[in-house]
Amino acid sequence: MSIPWNQVADVAAAVCLLGGAFLALAAGVGVLRFGDLLARMHAGTKPQVLGLMLVLTGLALRLRSASAVGALLLVVLFQMLTAPVAAHMVGRAGYRTGKVRGDLLVVDELTADLRRAQEQPPA
Amino acid sequence: MTVVIVVCGVLLTIGGACAVVRAERGPSMLDRTVALDIVVTTLTAGGALFAAVERRTDIVPILVVLSLVGFVGSVTIARFASVEPAGEGRVRTRAEVAAESAEARRVEELAEAAAHPRPAEPAADDATGEVR
Repeated sequence: MSIPWNQVADVAAAVCLLGGAFLALAAGVGVLRFGDLLARMHAGTKPQVLGLMLVLTGLALRLRSASAVGALLLVVLFQMLTAPVAAHMVGRAGYRTGKVRGDLLVVDELTADLRRAQEQPPA
Repeated sequence: MTVVIVVCGVLLTIGGACAVVRAERGPSMLDRTVALDIVVTTLTAGGALFAAVERRTDIVPILVVLSLVGFVGSVTIARFASVEPAGEGRVRTRAEVAAESAEARRVEELAEAAAHPRPAEPAADDATGEVR
């Protein structure tokens, strides 16, 4: 008895697509309901990396061609390179324009560091 | 497979719609950036879902482009938003925009008139809206 590999790949693709779509839903709900810029960013990063990887894995399992899988790997690579940079820029702009609420943070090392740097300028 | 596709489509649609609602509400430009980032990611996932359903490989370059465009957009807005005056993140109403542009046009016309004083207006006819 031979294993029907095509059907196995299709089922795995369906599971991956469902997971990625669920993460996109979670991000939408989170970005709508969370009340703070950092919390919204936290919700938004879920489908940006893991969700996209799941969806593209599902797509690769459906397409099953080498060139398409290469391009999809390129998409994941770009996303993993660019998502941290974009999040860093948004977070920095948010901190500098006072959109980070200090009372919601558990640890805020940046504010303490900045104050120390202002008090003791480097020699 | 059909059930999976429909469920995925519904989940993606709801997620994208929630993100669009957040992009409409704001309150600041950065919140909108984050929300629109999620919209772009949802679009990418939707394109991937379509390609998976139809087994089409020609959609894949679109996914590459979308993942890059989303990055450029959010970084640009983050650079812009670094210095944002208070109340700037609010979307202005139509009447406010019209009043502002009318004011700007008036100031411009005054400056124009001061720079080039015209001798005498030619006989004003009825065609006030005519393009000269």
